[in-house]
Amino acid sequence: MKKNIAGTEIDVNEEGYLTDPSQWNEQIAAAIAVEEGIGALGEGHMKVVRYLREQQAKGAALTIRSMGKSGVVTTKELYDLFPGGPLKKSSKIAGIPKPVGCI
Amino acid sequence: MTDDKQPVKKMSIIVTKGSLDGIYPALIMANGARMEGIEASLFFTFFGLNALANKTLDSLKVSTVGNAALNMAMPMLGLPMTMPFPTVMGAIPGVSAFATHLMNKEMEKLDIPPVREFLELISDSGGKIFACKLAMDMFKLKKEDLMDRVDGVLTVGDFYAESAGVGTHILFT
Repeated sequence: MKKNIAGTEIDVNEEGYLTDPSQWNEQIAAAIAVEEGIGALGEGHMKVVRYLREQQAKGAALTIRSMGKSGVVTTKELYDLFPGGPLKKSSKIAGIPKPVGCI
Repeated sequence: MTDDKQPVKKMSIIVTKGSLDGIYPALIMANGARMEGIEASLFFTFFGLNALANKTLDSLKVSTVGNAALNMAMPMLGLPMTMPFPTVMGAIPGVSAFATHLMNKEMEKLDIPPVREFLELISDSGGKIFACKLAMDMFKLKKEDLMDRVDGVLTVGDFYAESAGVGTHILFT
């Protein structure tokens, strides 16, 4: 389905995750962050978002454990930056599919 | 999703078993709750304390004695899941250690951390880890015998008070 985010028509699934990561840009990330209740994105958020996009492009499976070990962010920081669902919300903002794992 | 569904706000998980296979489901459920923005508390009692005691928590074993479902582990050896594993074989020395080795290997592949790291992960994510006072007394354990992420030693009453709130679910494992 189509959704207008930050003035652009974007393809999203029924949960609001971008279905084509190449349609993503920082304005879209900012708009989704507001929608998700995260508010304004700082450098800490963007570091996570960029890392997620890199990993997703490589086809890596994203888990909360691998994030904590990435050196980009600690587990505590990740929960502080994206309260209420750190991996789900950061993935949505990063314009990548919802992580499917349980860890 | 409909609006009349009351969301789960908090999981209070009671852990009574101290084998590797007894502990992991609770850790996975607690971590999974935190990942969804749900509060999580783990309350370790009876043999569950095996997973908090510094001396034992790094070497928990899969229970092979009396486990009639060990055929489930056969695919880890490249054998069919339907291949029977007589329960009496679970008592042979080394079988539990071998099953533990196999399971740890499979879990690492799935990015499931070892018990200590898992407890630290849950603690870092804001989950709470509690030990049962009565079981501590029974097993002659002191707070300093437990891993450093334990948030407190609680009585049953403390545990229920800690679990208070609309949307809390108490799970016994």
